Amino acid sequence: MLLLDQGPAETSAYLIAGYVVIFGGLFLYLLSLIIRTRKLIKEMKRLQDDQI
Amino acid sequence: MDPKPRLLIVIDIATVILLIIATAMVLFYTPVERVMGLVQKVFYFHVAAGWAGMLGFLVATISGVVYLITSNRKYDIVGLASVEIGMVFALINVITGSIWAKPIWNTWWTWDPRLTTVTIMLFIYAAYFMLRAGIEDPERRARFGAVYTVVGFISVPLTFFSARLFRTIHPIVVGANQPGATGAFDMSPSMLQTFLVSLFTFSFIFISLLWHRVRLGKLEDKVEQLKYKTME
Repeated sequence: MLLLDQGPAETSAYLIAGYVVIFGGLFLYLLSLIIRTRKLIKEMKRLQDDQI
Repeated sequence: MDPKPRLLIVIDIATVILLIIATAMVLFYTPVERVMGLVQKVFYFHVAAGWAGMLGFLVATISGVVYLITSNRKYDIVGLASVEIGMVFALINVITGSIWAKPIWNTWWTWDPRLTTVTIMLFIYAAYFMLRAGIEDPERRARFGAVYTVVGFISVPLTFFSARLFRTIHPIVVGANQPGATGAFDMSPSMLQTFLVSLFTFSFIFISLLWHRVRLGKLEDKVEQLKYKTME
């Protein structure tokens, strides 16, 4: 009852930290996919040029 | 690289729109929980990330079984992609859980049954990459990987049911909480709606990422084949 009288705890910093992890994690993984794809396309072009 | 299929473009757009809607619902539509405050809002994406992670491990297991039956290389690519994405979501789930736990449990981490089983699950799937890295022959690597994902999946239901089977302080979303659960709350209709939208959104993110990762896997295969040809 005492807890309810005091109102919600001030935890906004943890909310921000949580969503930074969620969006940051997804963004970093997406970035890794893009970087790996670009690297492979470059490699493929190089190998195709070598064959010619 | 093959041009991006139209359906994938549609899924990508839908995923971004859903993520915007889900985030807006979390921030503006759901009420602030009266004891925990704003940190409770981490719950929506924390559980959704856990769901997407387990979905990834399930897809990897199914792909593993299908690979063992058909020996079709594409199922190995799907399996690897699923485990990789599953790990990303599982890590997000664990880290956000830890962030939530600090103000609620007054600790970043405790060896509670749920947290222990999720750690075991993460180590099992991390070892999957080590196993693959240690095998050079692609067919052997795929076969061992497939068997490993099937066996490793035991850790997934164990993690899911751990909070229901053992004495734990981890709250349960669906079903009765243990008497010692700390941070449990009753969901209002707006909370439940947001929770379901979050689950749906993360399922879309998973599908979108999986498709992109499978395309990358196919490209890796092409490059590998070209390398062999060049060597010959």
